[in-house]
Amino acid sequence: MTKDSGIPAAREPMSKQDTKLRVKNFDEVALGYSAHQAIKEASRCLQCEEPFCISGCPVNVDIPGFIELITEGDFEKAFYKIRETNGLPAICGRVCPQESQCEKLCVLGKRKEPVAIGRLERFVADYVLKKGTIKADDVAESNGQKVAIVGSGPAGLTTAWDLAKMGYKVTIFEGFHKPGGVLVYGIPEFRLPKAIVQQEIDSISRLGIQMKTNMVIGKVNTVDELLQNGFNAVFIGSGAGLPRFMHIPGENLNGVYSANEYLTRTNLMKAYLFPEYDTPIKSGPRVAVIGGGNVAMDSARTALRLGAEKVFNIYRRSRTEMPARVEEIENAQEEGIEFIFLSTPVRIIGDEEGWVKTIECVQMELGKPDRSGRRRPLPLLRSEYTIEVDTVIVAIGTDVNPIIPSTTTGLNRNQRGYIIASEATGQTSKQGVFAGGDIVTGSATVISAMGAGRKAALAIHKYLSDQRRKGR
Amino acid sequence: MAYISEKRELTPEIKQLVLSAPEIAQKVKPGQFVIVRCGEKGERIPLTVVEQDEEKGTLSIILQEVGNSTKKLGSLEKGEEITDIAGPLGNPSEVRNFGTVVCIGGGVGTAMVYPVAKALKGAGNRLVSIVGAKNRQLLILEEQMRKISDRLLVTTDDGSCGTHGFVTDALEKLIADGLNIDRVVAVGPVAMMSAVCRITEKQDIQTIVSLNPIMVDGTGMCGACRVTVAGETKFACIDGPEFDGHQVDFEELLRRQRMYLEEEKIALEKQNSE
Ligand SMILES: Cc1cc2nc3c(=O)[nH]c(=O)nc-3n(C[C@H](O)[C@H](O)[C@H](O)COP(=O)(O)OP(=O)(O)OC[C@H]3O[C@@H](n4cnc5c(N)ncnc54)[C@H](O)[C@@H]3O)c2cc1C
Ligand SMILES: Cc1cc2nc3c(=O)[nH]c(=O)nc-3n(C[C@H](O)[C@H](O)[C@H](O)COP(=O)(O)OP(=O)(O)OC[C@H]3O[C@@H](n4cnc5c(N)ncnc54)[C@H](O)[C@@H]3O)c2cc1C
Ligand code: FES
Repeated sequence: MTKDSGIPAAREPMSKQDTKLRVKNFDEVALGYSAHQAIKEASRCLQCEEPFCISGCPVNVDIPGFIELITEGDFEKAFYKIRETNGLPAICGRVCPQESQCEKLCVLGKRKEPVAIGRLERFVADYVLKKGTIKADDVAESNGQKVAIVGSGPAGLTTAWDLAKMGYKVTIFEGFHKPGGVLVYGIPEFRLPKAIVQQEIDSISRLGIQMKTNMVIGKVNTVDELLQNGFNAVFIGSGAGLPRFMHIPGENLNGVYSANEYLTRTNLMKAYLFPEYDTPIKSGPRVAVIGGGNVAMDSARTALRLGAEKVFNIYRRSRTEMPARVEEIENAQEEGIEFIFLSTPVRIIGDEEGWVKTIECVQMELGKPDRSGRRRPLPLLRSEYTIEVDTVIVAIGTDVNPIIPSTTTGLNRNQRGYIIASEATGQTSKQGVFAGGDIVTGSATVISAMGAGRKAALAIHKYLSDQRRKGR
Repeated sequence: MAYISEKRELTPEIKQLVLSAPEIAQKVKPGQFVIVRCGEKGERIPLTVVEQDEEKGTLSIILQEVGNSTKKLGSLEKGEEITDIAGPLGNPSEVRNFGTVVCIGGGVGTAMVYPVAKALKGAGNRLVSIVGAKNRQLLILEEQMRKISDRLLVTTDDGSCGTHGFVTDALEKLIADGLNIDRVVAVGPVAMMSAVCRITEKQDIQTIVSLNPIMVDGTGMCGACRVTVAGETKFACIDGPEFDGHQVDFEELLRRQRMYLEEEKIALEKQNSE
């Protein structure tokens, strides 16, 4: 008899909105577990004495701990167990790539399906959010020191939350009119409802954190000025930012969007509710999305919901190399997105008025592995073909936004322009300045940004404690 | 939030608002703009900062009511608030002593060229200004421009004020009269900026234009504002908004500005019906 005998091989399925209906609305696709399902799934956990799953979590949530509380039916306690180290569980339960983190290391996963940790996390978070009563966290006595956080994405929010709990006076400066970073402007409503994001942000900023929106640091104040004007330390969590284009002919035709613009118009500015909301979007009946990551999947699925009849996803490698989460690829497939692998656009052709009409692609084959370890796509001679489309969405990644790096003195950057910061502490080349999240790693994940934020908060605490000691 | 401390009607369609925005007022330089948003369902639109008062913590914007958002903004009264204002955005204008500078403003573009002209005058340039409008009623900032300029030329399309004709006619006249021009700064409708550039290119006079593509964030994040300059894609909000006019693809700019014509009409109809 092994330890896992008697445990169902398959995890408890989570119901989803019907495919036909969901492509016509922006409501959440995945519907979450019922209490009964959650307890059933939680009972699959082996409660390992030496749990590997925890080490797969960048913020080290006590996974077996919270799961055990679910089996006992104490969902609130389970929630606060997660919240010991994770301030955004309803968000993480929805968007984390658990399959490559905690769930990947789940011992049960060796022979059966791993425990659905993410779904359980989401369940307890939703349970408490629905009741509307997140207890305020304990806050240490104020130590009088001030920390400025630049950017209110997962990295900034996490750093702010941890520091506020340690007794620092924290101010978050956010360039947009709304906090949340990619959580509000990038990831679509149907995957991550904005009301939930707002609730979790509120639960964090309640700790006396001052949230200053519309503050583009580097423009209104520089990081140097923040340090001169009374902040004892600064954390930069400004994200990756600048959309990359393909630099092919026709890329500035009307109807060509960066995924950032397409998603920002839709999510942050609510263009899907135009004209109730003022911001418009032009999304045609035939849409081509270029790229193979989460951002491409989100754009393609958004296009459907904006009324597209046909959405093509054009990716230069094959399905195996797609960086998007498996679950999202499956969702996209279910919804009828047509995948075109091993293809890359070479030019976009417009009509007489300058609107996108066709996209010309060339077929690719996979050669030897490149630096990323994935096989390098190479164009096949004379394999050009065209597809009629009205809208093109370019989702091929981002570069560094220059505003902060170019206005901060003494901040070292790597060749690609990202801020160089210690992985263990977030310390940059500039004294008192720490950084983490996408601005250091390039586009990564919500949870890795949060992990970086936690480490930076600890390092900032250590740095400022030393200063206080010296000062006395 | 920014509170409106003053409102002036320059013409029935062009309004000046003085806003309390102390942090931005401290920082803004000629040529920079702000992004404002009116109401929780509002869109983000860019507007140039015309003047600021660091002590009072205010700045002034001048807007022409051309559509839904500018009309909403224009209907706000003194004492009311603008939901969001972010800035200063974009790069400041290059200000130094070039020698003789001709600053050209067309329509509401006069409001955008005014702060740059003033700074150029302050830097010791000889300043010749040309302001133009469709007619006398639409002419703005004439007095202010006169005050800072060594010489001011006014043109109206219908001849109701100043010389009958376009700002480009006045510019050609200056050139024909033998004025030695070291730099031209032109802000206004795309057609005007493009026409100015065609003239100055022949004379090899460096010409700076301030581009006004559609924007969303104004911080380099979306690429809505992309323009082609010297064959390369640039983001007007972080690489501009000022560019070497001789290198700009104006046709593309004009085309991209028209991307939402249909939606603009719908939004306006909705506003009118409310
Ligand atoms: C469409 C999309 C889908 C994604 N899906 C997933 C997913 O399913 N799972 C997952 O784990 N990850 C996903 N990611 C990646 C994930 O969202 C990011 O890795 C994560 O948000 C990075 O967090 P961050 O805090 O570093 O930066 P961001 O979330 O980018 O936040 C940075 C914030 O800083 C602000 N800012 C920038 N410059 C300034 C300035 N000068 N002054 C003031 N504020 C500034 C920005 O406005 C923004 O609010 C997705 C990303 C995108 C774009
Ligand atoms: C850097 C910059 C500075 C500007 N400064 C001024 C100024 O000082 N005074 C002034 O009156 N106008 C200025 N504009 C133009 C102003 O932003 C537009 O007139 C305004 O956005 C129109 O919005 P609307 O809803 O009223 O009109 P709409 O009916 O929506 O559009 C009318 C026209 O305005 C343009 N436009 C629409 N939406 C946007 C947008 N989000 N961003 C930019 N342009 C848009 C379009 O080309 C459209 O054809 C500036 C533009 C830029 C880019
Ligand atoms: S307005 Fe978004 S990048 Fe310029």
